[in-house]
Amino acid sequence: MEAYLDNAATTRAFPEVKEVMVKLLEEEFGNPSSRHTKGIAAEQYVKEARNVIAGSLKCQPKEIVFSSGGTESNNIALLGSALANRRAGKHIVTTRIEHPSIHEPLLFLEEMGYQITYLPVDKNGQVSVSAVEDALRDDTILVSVMYVNNEVGSVQPIEEIGQMLQKKKPGILFHVDAIQAYGKYKIIPKKCNIDLMSVSAHKIHGPKGVGFLYIKDGIKIRPILFGGGQQNGMRSGTENVPGIAGMAAAVEIMYQGQAAKREKMYQLKHTFMQKLQEIHGATIHAVDGIPIEETAPHIVSVGFDGVKSEVMLHALAQEGVYVSSGSACSSNHPALSGTLQAIGVNPKLLDATLRFSFSVETTEEEIAYAIRAIEKVLPVLRKFIRH
Amino acid sequence: MYQAFLIKYAEIGIKGKNRYKFENALCEQIRYRINKIEGQFEVVRKQGRIFVEAKGNFDFDDVIEAMSRVFGISSISPVEVIEKKDWESLTKAVGDFIERQYSERNFSFKVKSRRSDKHYPYTSPEICVEMGSYLLNRFPGLSVNVHDPEVYIWVEVREKAYVYSKVYQGACGMPLGTNGKAMLLLSGGIDSPVAGYMIAKRGVYIDAVYFHAPPYTSERAKQKVVDLAKLVSGYAGKIRLHVVNFTDIQMYIYEQCPHEELTIIMRRYMMRIAETLAKESGCLGLITGESIGQVASQTMQSLAATNDVCELPVYRPLIGFDKQDIVNIAEKIHTYETSIQPFEDCCTIFVAKHPVTKPELRVIRRSEEKLAEKIDQMVQEALDTVEVIEISE
Repeated sequence: MEAYLDNAATTRAFPEVKEVMVKLLEEEFGNPSSRHTKGIAAEQYVKEARNVIAGSLKCQPKEIVFSSGGTESNNIALLGSALANRRAGKHIVTTRIEHPSIHEPLLFLEEMGYQITYLPVDKNGQVSVSAVEDALRDDTILVSVMYVNNEVGSVQPIEEIGQMLQKKKPGILFHVDAIQAYGKYKIIPKKCNIDLMSVSAHKIHGPKGVGFLYIKDGIKIRPILFGGGQQNGMRSGTENVPGIAGMAAAVEIMYQGQAAKREKMYQLKHTFMQKLQEIHGATIHAVDGIPIEETAPHIVSVGFDGVKSEVMLHALAQEGVYVSSGSACSSNHPALSGTLQAIGVNPKLLDATLRFSFSVETTEEEIAYAIRAIEKVLPVLRKFIRH
Repeated sequence: MYQAFLIKYAEIGIKGKNRYKFENALCEQIRYRINKIEGQFEVVRKQGRIFVEAKGNFDFDDVIEAMSRVFGISSISPVEVIEKKDWESLTKAVGDFIERQYSERNFSFKVKSRRSDKHYPYTSPEICVEMGSYLLNRFPGLSVNVHDPEVYIWVEVREKAYVYSKVYQGACGMPLGTNGKAMLLLSGGIDSPVAGYMIAKRGVYIDAVYFHAPPYTSERAKQKVVDLAKLVSGYAGKIRLHVVNFTDIQMYIYEQCPHEELTIIMRRYMMRIAETLAKESGCLGLITGESIGQVASQTMQSLAATNDVCELPVYRPLIGFDKQDIVNIAEKIHTYETSIQPFEDCCTIFVAKHPVTKPELRVIRRSEEKLAEKIDQMVQEALDTVEVIEISE
């Protein structure tokens, strides 16, 4: 048996996604910019995808810009808004637990003379609204906060931050990295006062290499890719038509009976956490004294005392259980997790932490199997603690 | 425009009666490499020279790159073949050659010549003198310097005439297959691929063994070793990589023996297994990347302790090299980038904080007695479950 519990890294594409993509690769392969009928047919698919996604956000279709995925969306949002507003100010507020595709562009902006405030989070990985408010200055142009943390699954008070900003400083842009949240939550940008929001398709059973950025109508953003002027000049480059249509197919499925799907994942998480608590020396991060509903439904971060995460990961893979150490996107760097340090995880658990992540396809059998695999490999590995 | 490449060879030239064996091996290696690139080529031996003749179109850089990977070649010279060799045609052809090859014709030169066609109306010295004066007349910017010229222009008159002037450095060494085969202990590090390269350079075919310790070492670490073997095979030809599952043995040693002796005892078992595999596949020795004093397991005492278990000779070509010397070679043969990828190998994962640096053979042997119960069976099991991967570039 196998249990794929690395869905925060990536997910399996839905069959419906594959179907529409194959059709677009083989039959309707036109370039949406071409004037002939093949081009128009392809353009129809892009338009339709835009409508579907706009429907899921209750926004206007023109507020969606397609990109190559989460990293590009985050880059457009940060670099594009910093460049467009550099006369208004050069101060940006963010948190200490953002994904590298937020953190790295901000480091670049720091080099370019911008000032960045990195806000601390509590032991559950949450930033407080008042801390954001206190960090605001007259020259603040942007606040960027992730919706769901990719490593520990903490959920930020996005709606409250948005409302606070609207009340106190309506001129400041609010960007949300929703890559781990979209598809799991109903997010209405207007309600949360979100100006910019990044999404990736392959986290929600769509294809890799495609995503979108929500840009609120009227917001000024400088493009960072220049060329043929597609998507109203916001993002030049021939649209990834199969990817975009595939993403829309995934969005449709994810948002059918979405609340029930989320509820099912919470149940899995609940069961999994209960079983973990019976395992000696297992510590679940970022769930201390808060109800499970205040954490993401699909991510559980666990430290196993005395076992190197890298080794445990390989041992579990031998049993057919696939998980991540730290966050998969940066796991190739042996550096210790910034998020785990920021939430104050016991230092001896920093390189002993695994991330289990579920999807709408995860079953109770998989969870039970994973628990059995953990119980099997843990005592063996614990015999060989490094001295 | 080049139709042929003149291959000059290194030490083979000084071999005695079995020189033909070395030349045959070299031709075979040249064919092996040249057949991997696009184009049609023929490898021919004429009067103590090897020519690679091109039939039709080919990429010049590809040929030079392929030939620079063949051990036994000291230099490669692109040669133009001149079909009509009467004096007037010959001088004009050599002049045209200079014109094509050098956009600025303001260097000092010397003509060197060889004449194996003894019916040719000019002798070798006459060809040098007359060709020199023709070139001086045709290109006023040139000057003759017979002692230290910037460019040598070689003219050879055989059944056809040949002209060449550029010389590309070869890999030197001896042709593969002239010196048997040896088993390389390949880790994922910087040193062992370099050690394999250096022994292969002496004409030795290479097999390799890698000790894999899942789940303590990852699939990526194993893939890295496969990648390294592939890079080495770019010089050393086909390599049979033996992947030994070492986990059980390693854990058993860990349970039974003092932890500070773990690395030494582990390496002794690696050597034993490598030697068994070497003998099975007809290897005449083992190769390691060890260098005196580099780490705790490579002190003189530690080397003696690991050497103790081997009957076959253990070749350690890097024994007197500094790390930087090794890195330089690794960069030259393009293994460095792959070697420094950060995956743990089975040597690093269980390392004790203070491993012994001066192991006493007596003590190590006594510690190994604690393994008596199960170790032979475990070694046999490891040998029975070896995965063999055929590597060629």
